[in-house]
Amino acid sequence: MSNAARKLAEILPAFVLFALLLVLWQLAVSVFGIREYLLPSPTTVVNAMFSGHINWWGHIWATGLAIFGAFLIAAVAGIALGVVIAWSPMASRALMPFLVFVNTLPKVAVAPLFLLWLGYGILPNMLIGALIGFFPVVINTAVGLMQIDDDMLDLGRVFNAPKWKVFAKIRIPNAYPYILSALKVTATAAVVGAIVGEFVASQRGLGYVIITSQSSMNTPLAFGALVWISVLGLVLYGAVAALSRVLAPWAEGQER
Amino acid sequence: MPRIIIQLDRVGMIYQTGSGPVEALNDITLDVAEGEFVSLVGPSGCGKSTLLRVAAGLRPMTSGSIIVDGTPVTRPIPKVGMVFQAAVLLKWRSILDNVLLPAELAGLNAGAYCDRARDLLKLVGLAGFENKRPGELSGGMQQRVALCRALLLDPPLLLMDEPFGALDAMTRDDMNLELLRVWGEATGSAGRKTILFVTHSIPEAVFLSDRVVVMSPRPGRIADVVDINLPRPRSVETRATAEFGQHSLRIYDTLTGRKAGAAGVPLQALS
Repeated sequence: MSNAARKLAEILPAFVLFALLLVLWQLAVSVFGIREYLLPSPTTVVNAMFSGHINWWGHIWATGLAIFGAFLIAAVAGIALGVVIAWSPMASRALMPFLVFVNTLPKVAVAPLFLLWLGYGILPNMLIGALIGFFPVVINTAVGLMQIDDDMLDLGRVFNAPKWKVFAKIRIPNAYPYILSALKVTATAAVVGAIVGEFVASQRGLGYVIITSQSSMNTPLAFGALVWISVLGLVLYGAVAALSRVLAPWAEGQER
Repeated sequence: MPRIIIQLDRVGMIYQTGSGPVEALNDITLDVAEGEFVSLVGPSGCGKSTLLRVAAGLRPMTSGSIIVDGTPVTRPIPKVGMVFQAAVLLKWRSILDNVLLPAELAGLNAGAYCDRARDLLKLVGLAGFENKRPGELSGGMQQRVALCRALLLDPPLLLMDEPFGALDAMTRDDMNLELLRVWGEATGSAGRKTILFVTHSIPEAVFLSDRVVVMSPRPGRIADVVDINLPRPRSVETRATAEFGQHSLRIYDTLTGRKAGAAGVPLQALS
């Protein structure tokens, strides 16, 4: 079987199921005469998604920016903290209880505080997303940096290699698969955070569209926003997955 | 008198555990001359791997002294090349870059060692594999790469910790012949590396070595030193000679405490 044919065979079952569900949904709505405000049909949703009555691109841009910002902050802060924890046992002892405490906080409940401190806008939404998403990055980075063969470290010691060099040449590349799999989790967490922020208070963004469409019983619009949100999430997830194939090709196929 | 490359003088090592101190090595005295191939055999837990790491300065000894090539060992010394049971190659690096790692870690210009790295890979039959990843190589090939890496900076002393222990028996026999060839067995002792080789296989130790040091456990100490005066270069036929069998039997008896002519004693402690 050729490569392209194998790829096709791989995605075909999911594709068929997805198409089947759409058809069933469309049929169910028309056969049972379900009202639009309860469950709009797929075609109605698609129409709503490209409707000119609402500035979709503006909302997508606002939410996309919040998601991307949240992801970036979580990634940078998470990797930096993970490196600090792996570098210094003292920093690890000082930071870990605090990080565990922060992680047990229901981040959604903190959202109103962020808005109180930072006002309306994209920044608080980014920070909520970052807060939800950064913890797995910290843990996975630290674990990836420390999960190293003793013999490998002896190899560094024999040559009196400085600690930073062992980090740069051995520990950090070794942690790539760990970091990248955490970033996949963070990609979805960033979406949740950004939408929660928009739910709490905002005047733009896809979360805002969902809140306002519900108050006006415009369910197709809410569905449309939902689909756009998942498109944003998928794009980010796909980007991380692609990055992982470039940075850590040796780890591909080990997870799942 | 040949030059002594490694001199172990009454080396002892005690390490602390949760249940009190454990004596890992006791009164180890051993001189290894330049170009000599010495194996350490003994049951698991006899401290043979520990001794190798102490000799490299990777673990602190509690008493005694070690001198490697004129340098007292108090901390890691860059005069040794190490090969471990696992190849421990960096999965993200090409084969060539793996071989060049010691140069980078030691802060040398890796570019200057490129030709040497390629020559070494060619020597072990891996020419053409320079740009492959470790994951694309078999276990035996990976261990050859690890050997090249250990030889890159041309250290006077090679420390090998059960390097072929994870390979299947046939690959292992191949690798033994290969190691002797790379070591330069046919060319005579001048310019050869000094090798300290840890194994729990008696035939492997006898086949490779000039001397076999038999260790007993808890605390690890030298029970016997057997001179292996089998002619070099050794070949597959060497294993079938009576002398080979006699040396193996003597080591077996020392390890198990069997009296000559008595029934065999299982070597379970070795496996």
